[in-house]
Amino acid sequence: MNTLIIISLLGVAAMMADAFRFKKILLPLIVAGLIAALGFAVAAWNSNLSYYHEMVLFNNYALAFSSLLIVVTLLWMIISKNYFSSETNMAEHAALILFVLTGAIIMTAFSDLSMFFVGLEILSISLYVLAASNKSELRSNEAGMKYFLMGSFATGFLLFGIALIYGATATFNLAKIASVIEMSAAAGNTPMFVYAGVVLIMVGLLFKVSAAPFHFWAPDVYEGAPTVITAFMATVVKTAAFAAFYRLFSTCFHDLTGFWSHAMAVIAAITMLAGNILAVYQKSLKRMMAYSSIAHAGYMLMAIVAMNKISANAIFMYTAAYSVASMGIFALMQAMTDAGNESVDSLKGLSKNNKGVIVFLSALVFSMAGIPPMAGFFAKYYIFLGAIQSGYQWLTLVAILSSLVGVYYYFRVIFVSLQDNTDGLGHTLNRGQWTLIILSAFISLLIGVIPSLLLTLSL
Amino acid sequence: MNSILQYIPLNYYVALAAIIFAIGVMGVLFRRNAIIIFMCIELMLNAVNMLLTAFSTFHGDESGQVMVFFIMAVAAAEVAVGLAILVMIYNNIRTVDVDELNKLQG
Repeated sequence: MNTLIIISLLGVAAMMADAFRFKKILLPLIVAGLIAALGFAVAAWNSNLSYYHEMVLFNNYALAFSSLLIVVTLLWMIISKNYFSSETNMAEHAALILFVLTGAIIMTAFSDLSMFFVGLEILSISLYVLAASNKSELRSNEAGMKYFLMGSFATGFLLFGIALIYGATATFNLAKIASVIEMSAAAGNTPMFVYAGVVLIMVGLLFKVSAAPFHFWAPDVYEGAPTVITAFMATVVKTAAFAAFYRLFSTCFHDLTGFWSHAMAVIAAITMLAGNILAVYQKSLKRMMAYSSIAHAGYMLMAIVAMNKISANAIFMYTAAYSVASMGIFALMQAMTDAGNESVDSLKGLSKNNKGVIVFLSALVFSMAGIPPMAGFFAKYYIFLGAIQSGYQWLTLVAILSSLVGVYYYFRVIFVSLQDNTDGLGHTLNRGQWTLIILSAFISLLIGVIPSLLLTLSL
Repeated sequence: MNSILQYIPLNYYVALAAIIFAIGVMGVLFRRNAIIIFMCIELMLNAVNMLLTAFSTFHGDESGQVMVFFIMAVAAAEVAVGLAILVMIYNNIRTVDVDELNKLQG
């Protein structure tokens, strides 16, 4: 809870920075605040406290995901320096980022559907503004508009689902809803409203996590938004969305697994196939990363489909591995945006201009593609293991085949970077981008070599 | 409190809310003017509000009506942001037709 309070107060403080003229110390203040918040999250481990009449419940699951979100945000701050310094409204940007984080933490810790809704909206509304924050660039405006329209459309579905669930159970509290559903399922007369509500909530959430039939907005938004914001959306926001998705379905709709899990399994399969296959055809690295994030959403959905003892740990490990590795690749992406050329072909000459970068880049790409000994491999392994244990062999087969497609386009990044450039140009990384690439490569390797770091947590 | 539901049964409210919601969804999918799309999103959210108040009365439980206040506040914030983005786009391309937003394609 202290974590949540500190981060939201930091957000409010950031808004005041312009008026009270402490803009210069704002960034150090935010970093210090985030580290303090991380400390509180870690210190509260195993405390399992519930606040405000059971509105939020900080159990280990919530604390683990909150810590992950804060760590990824701290990593993200390394490349986002330009975004905060070169522009005039840095205080507002900092405040909005902190509000996104506030919403994300509420989404990991809610124990009431109204809190879930409020957290989701705090996150989404701030993100609409951030996606459109490059005011003079039409592509950024377009991204903001598309994100806004799709996001609020999805919110409508989600709310209608919540209203129907409320109609059937007369409560918003997750535990009470679960017990009402359990009783009615045992008696064999689950109300129609519950089924309709689950379907609508599922549609709303699948929109938000950009799963396959509802994924069309994601590539446009990811491409149009400023690169730092894309990096934030692909890592922090995705993690929060999946944390909320799993928390809601594992606590609330666990007894209806037979009803929704088959549909979800098919959606997961379509998502990973669509994401991986469409990514092959992309010329722009940013758009390729967007499709790759859709594919990863498919793998993470597998953990929700499986829904057994190891699923919570598996989804935590997967979001950690994926966020850290893609944060490193977005550091490279940022260098490309600074140079004004985002196509994969422009990576030629990268390894010549930046001695040694190819080693770290390969580590990150291996982690994304799921090759041992990197973190991505073990993350995929536990997701697949969970799916097999729950009897989804066909889904695991589809997942393995589609990740083979993934290997192709991830490795293209490496091969193009190794080529020599004929016209003497090529991207150069600045110090922050170097730091982030090295740091995230090391973290990926660390999680990969000692996976028990994350797997033995009792979530 | 429950008396109103004796004259108009709960099912009528659910059906009306579903119809208004469906009109909103259709509007978002088929209209091309951004302002009309905003209105249709509001229509979807208001259908939900009506449904929540009806259920709240039916159950004799006030938490549904509190949720309506949350939704109203959030919808206001959302539209404020949406209109700001729309004004920005209008300043750049002098139209609010969403089909004109086609700079981002493969």
